Amino acid sequence: MAELSNQLMAAAVLTYLVAMVCYAGEYAFGRRSRVGRAALRPVEAKLLVGAGAPVPDDIVVTEESSPPPVRRDRGELVGKIAVGFNVIAVLLHLGGLVTRGIAADRMPWGNMYEYILATTFIASAVWLGIVLARPAVRHLGLFASLALVVMLGAASLIAYTPVGPLVPALKSYWFIIHVSTIIIGTGIFLIGAVPAAMFLIRNGYDQGKRRFPYTLGKRVPAAATLERLTFRLHAFAFPLFTFGALIAGPIWAEASWGRYWGWDPKEVWAFISWIVYAGYLHARATPSVKRTVATWIALIGFVTMLMNLFGVNLFFEGLHSYANAG
Amino acid sequence: MTVVEQRPAPPAAPPPRPTNRVWALLRNSWRQLTSMRTALVLLFLLAIAAIPGSVFPQRGVNAERVTQYYQAHPELAPWLERLGGFEVYASPWFASIYLLLFTSLIGCVVPRLIDHVRSLRQAPPDAPKRLRRLPQNADFVRPGEPAEVAKSLAGGLRRSRFRTRVREGEDGVWTVSAEKGYLKETGNLFFHFALLTVLVCVGFGHWYGWHANRILVGGSDQGFCNTLTQYDDSTLGPRVQPSDLPNFCLKLSDFEATFQSTGQPKTFLATVQVTQDNGPAETRKFTVNDPLRLDGANVYLLGHSYAPILKYTDRFGVSQTKIVPFLPVDGMQTSEGVAQFPDVNIDPKTNKRDSTLQMGFEGVYLPTAAKDGRATSTFPAENNPMLYLTAYRGDLGLDVGTPGSVYSLKQAQIHSGDLKNVSGARPHPLKMGETWTLDDGTKLEFLGTRPYATLSIRYDPTQGLLLVGAIAGLIGLMLSLAGHRRRVWFRVRPNADRPNVDLPDSARPGGGTLVEAGGLPRTDYPGFSDEFKALVKTAEEGTS
Ligand code: HEM
Repeated sequence: MAELSNQLMAAAVLTYLVAMVCYAGEYAFGRRSRVGRAALRPVEAKLLVGAGAPVPDDIVVTEESSPPPVRRDRGELVGKIAVGFNVIAVLLHLGGLVTRGIAADRMPWGNMYEYILATTFIASAVWLGIVLARPAVRHLGLFASLALVVMLGAASLIAYTPVGPLVPALKSYWFIIHVSTIIIGTGIFLIGAVPAAMFLIRNGYDQGKRRFPYTLGKRVPAAATLERLTFRLHAFAFPLFTFGALIAGPIWAEASWGRYWGWDPKEVWAFISWIVYAGYLHARATPSVKRTVATWIALIGFVTMLMNLFGVNLFFEGLHSYANAG
Repeated sequence: MTVVEQRPAPPAAPPPRPTNRVWALLRNSWRQLTSMRTALVLLFLLAIAAIPGSVFPQRGVNAERVTQYYQAHPELAPWLERLGGFEVYASPWFASIYLLLFTSLIGCVVPRLIDHVRSLRQAPPDAPKRLRRLPQNADFVRPGEPAEVAKSLAGGLRRSRFRTRVREGEDGVWTVSAEKGYLKETGNLFFHFALLTVLVCVGFGHWYGWHANRILVGGSDQGFCNTLTQYDDSTLGPRVQPSDLPNFCLKLSDFEATFQSTGQPKTFLATVQVTQDNGPAETRKFTVNDPLRLDGANVYLLGHSYAPILKYTDRFGVSQTKIVPFLPVDGMQTSEGVAQFPDVNIDPKTNKRDSTLQMGFEGVYLPTAAKDGRATSTFPAENNPMLYLTAYRGDLGLDVGTPGSVYSLKQAQIHSGDLKNVSGARPHPLKMGETWTLDDGTKLEFLGTRPYATLSIRYDPTQGLLLVGAIAGLIGLMLSLAGHRRRVWFRVRPNADRPNVDLPDSARPGGGTLVEAGGLPRTDYPGFSDEFKALVKTAEEGTS
């Protein structure tokens, strides 16, 4: 079973790579996405009455127009194939996780390697859900699958751990509640960084920047769409992460270590991530803070998340026994 | 998201005294402090300030690592100490950031609360003049009198849980104003007040809580009662007196540990006899993740190991037995420890202690010794228990004031030659039940072992309230993130009179009532246009 799990994971990474190549193909050869074009038509500024919703003026407000008559072209087809491979990759990824769980006879998130597998699975599944629900954002696929491949690669290179049982400290139903909610929250935060980064790029492109990263913005969805997607993902992940890391975690820590909060490195970094993402939500809710600034905060949050996933486990030694790399 | 920077102006300064610079400065600083930008900056500072605590060892987390750090970086460490680097989360600069943040928070949410309560008690405002300039708008015609139609529209909105107000204007024109989504702001305020509660609880918990550690060896002769002298170490909050500690006694009657074949622990279970407030003894069991909860104290199982039982018989034939916990140094319970016998070899004639004849035994205990005689255990259970000891005779140095560890002999005594190794370079192996006869004819017998449990005894009076606060905060947060504040208006007038509504006549069959509708999302709400369309549709069909 453990062997099977490793093979499934290898196959999943390869399939993500294939999907990535297809996304890249669509990206390079495809027409400009319709949403991309729609973005060029700024909707007239809306008149707000009373204490209306503020629209920050640093981004062009656009509306998604209904699709123009579809002309099938090669890019579109390659894009659909990419999504197909993406589906297969997600299934393989799921298979890898499940077989790992069966091999270990427990939930597959008992050490850093498994934790990263599970988190990236969530990220990947959420991404797929978004693409299936809104094909317009498919052009982000290249970047989403790139991020996944890099993280999975890093997981197997630096964090691989053979299947093993849990130490008694991890034997608790809080193990399921605490870790699963954190994994889901983290996975969504991770994938949320993709539209966040692309929003910044697209926005720069719209403002006439033509240097390297901004040129990538040519073919991605409209800035406002990306920005809203970024916010939705973060707003959804935030309460989950809050519950997992700042409520379930302390409850378990109280029962297990006798104190609900002890500034263990893992706790410190969860706290930092939480504060940074709270900063993002505040910044986004504040009219005088530009949306670009808010989005940068979300990206800082992403860096703290990576620190949580990899850095804390590798650099510091703490009580979180599952955090020990291989 | 609501507009947050439009806070109500703070109460105007008492009769303007333009010369009072101090007052102006104070007021401006307060405004600055409670602004959202300041809050954001403070949030960031807090995040950054938390980082060093994960980089440098923290005394509160692991004091031993701080000592190691001192040894590794003798120059840097004192500087770090001065900057609070080993106690980041108790340092004044960390506290000043979060106290400022929370002051800012109070300054921000109290006016918002007042505002919100006011808006909850007020009716939704009247319709703006030109509904067609709102982000969402529609017009339609319905049969019936304006008054009736307005009532029916209001009824429909109420049924959709809008707060609704009907107003009659001039010329028989009626307006219906409705607003929904107050829960968003309610939730948001709830969340921020919950944060305050959490901080206050943490503070009180620190003041009124206490904790202590103790190794509890199995056996009814080895129990302890909850007094400070019984603890290996303890910390009382600033508001706790030793006499405040609850009255209970514990005895470890059984300890079970099971292991995987790899030596990884599988389960632990401690069985204890508890007496509380001098009541009857009761048997309770607890384990890792499932502490023993007593009145005013919780007992957590942190670890376990073995305490060898050693009987020393001195040159006058007097014997003493000691049960000495050995501390594990690896996952297989290779444990180190020491047995000290200061009061032995006392000549019954003089009844004087001879400080050159005290005995100390130092060494390792292996619950499962390897066949090859390596000094590490190969399994944490007692499959092949073996004790390797070195015997020392001389002055143990226990009478001197310097405190020493109870898990090792005083090295200074050995260096000075006051305490001498009398058993040779190789430690002497002892199986359970074996007796070792030393060079002077005295004997050490290894009688067996007893299990012991490492306990942490803690009490934090605000823990429960803290949990309630955290959960309330989470609920508030979800309401706040999921909610949408929006307003809808209908203006209803007789279809006959023609206001400046430029509808083609064909769209206005004679008679009935002309209804203009307008909608305004007050927060970022992409789904609003759909909701508005649905509302207009039901309004038009008159089913409402
Ligand atoms: C301990 C620090 C704080 C944390 C962790 C925190 C957390 C949060 C979170 C997670 C939200 C998101 C809810 C939402 O977007 O609707 C929020 C909203 C908000 N916070 Fe804070 N907050 C803190 C301090 C403050 C302070 C100091 C202020 C005032 C200066 C403030 C004012 C607001 C406002 C006005 C909103 C509503 C934004 C909106 O309209 O949605 N918060 N806060």
